[in-house]
Amino acid sequence: MTMEYIDYYRILGIDKSATQKEIKSAYRKLARKYHPDINPNDKDAKKNFQLINEANEVLSDPDKRKKYDHYGKDWKHAEEYAGAANRQQSQASGGRSYTNTRFDSSFSDFFENLFGGSAGYESGRRIKFRGEDYTAELHLNLADAYTTHKRTLNVNGKQIRITIPAGIINGQTIKITGHGGPGINGGPNGDLYITFLIERNDTFRRSGNDLYTTVEIDLFTAVLGGEITVDTISGKVKLKVKPETQNGTKVKLHNKGFPVYKKADQFGDLYITYSVKIPTGLTEKQKALFTELSKL
Amino acid sequence: MQTDKLVDINDLCVSHNIEFSFVSSLQENGLIEVVTVDNNWFIEPDQLQLLERCISLHYDLDINLEGIETINYLLEKIISLQEEVLTLRNRLRLYEKI
Repeated sequence: MTMEYIDYYRILGIDKSATQKEIKSAYRKLARKYHPDINPNDKDAKKNFQLINEANEVLSDPDKRKKYDHYGKDWKHAEEYAGAANRQQSQASGGRSYTNTRFDSSFSDFFENLFGGSAGYESGRRIKFRGEDYTAELHLNLADAYTTHKRTLNVNGKQIRITIPAGIINGQTIKITGHGGPGINGGPNGDLYITFLIERNDTFRRSGNDLYTTVEIDLFTAVLGGEITVDTISGKVKLKVKPETQNGTKVKLHNKGFPVYKKADQFGDLYITYSVKIPTGLTEKQKALFTELSKL
Repeated sequence: MQTDKLVDINDLCVSHNIEFSFVSSLQENGLIEVVTVDNNWFIEPDQLQLLERCISLHYDLDINLEGIETINYLLEKIISLQEEVLTLRNRLRLYEKI
């Protein structure tokens, strides 16, 4: 296991001789900046918050701070200190710790190694901790996102079956309550946040609930009109092409787009752009007929 | 009124180790909506996240009620803007080469 020394003083931006008041002040300032409640959907802020929280947990507790100052850089020998320290009643510096908030209360490997999993105690009292929130990404193709379906996910070795509603949007995150990490000391489980990433489709492009596609038609159908069969995301449909249809003409197929998220039986539209294909490899006779046509 | 789906504020105060008067002032300032049944206070489950955020801002960050109200307002704006960015990013995909 790779484990690096963490400089808690640097994290809080304070000197090694900082007083408890200075530590508290530095911590509060940074916590206001990185607290997850004021940085929604910001993973970097969450990581920073965990680090400053951990730094405060250590430096605001005189015993932990002493041990850290003494053994921090040489954490591998910290066990020698542990015996003596465990005989003393750990006294927190007082005040409310952020570790009993709704956020991920996990500490770094460095912290766990140096202090053990003692974060569940504050002033000798058992505190309930909410479990860690998990985040995951799930890749879907456009056809998957078109229908409501169930998926089984493996989250940290646990099988979770979820229902993915039709019409989910690329980048959308849903919360599965209670499927995060287990709570500590009887605290509630964390939540699982799943972000859906919808792969680009070669045929259809999506904007909101509408779909866009390009369909090639031959020159003769474009000039004379006719009937063509086109693929929609829900199957094939027959379409009448008007005579003298220009290249780039757009037609709208009502309700043939994407389903509206969590609104049964509501759909967007499908926009088709006609691309008129100019014939190639003409025979002599065809060339002659085109020439004749051009002179009429 | 059935209370089995509601969250009892007394229980919540005990589990969060906070004073009832704080929740009361949130309610008085219109920051949360409280349901009263037989003189007991409850909140709807969908208000729980908001209430926990207010608790966290006040007790963790020393932010007063006026500050909480402002933060809640700005957070709503941030979330709305994030949703707009997501929508625009998805629209931008329309114009990217497939």
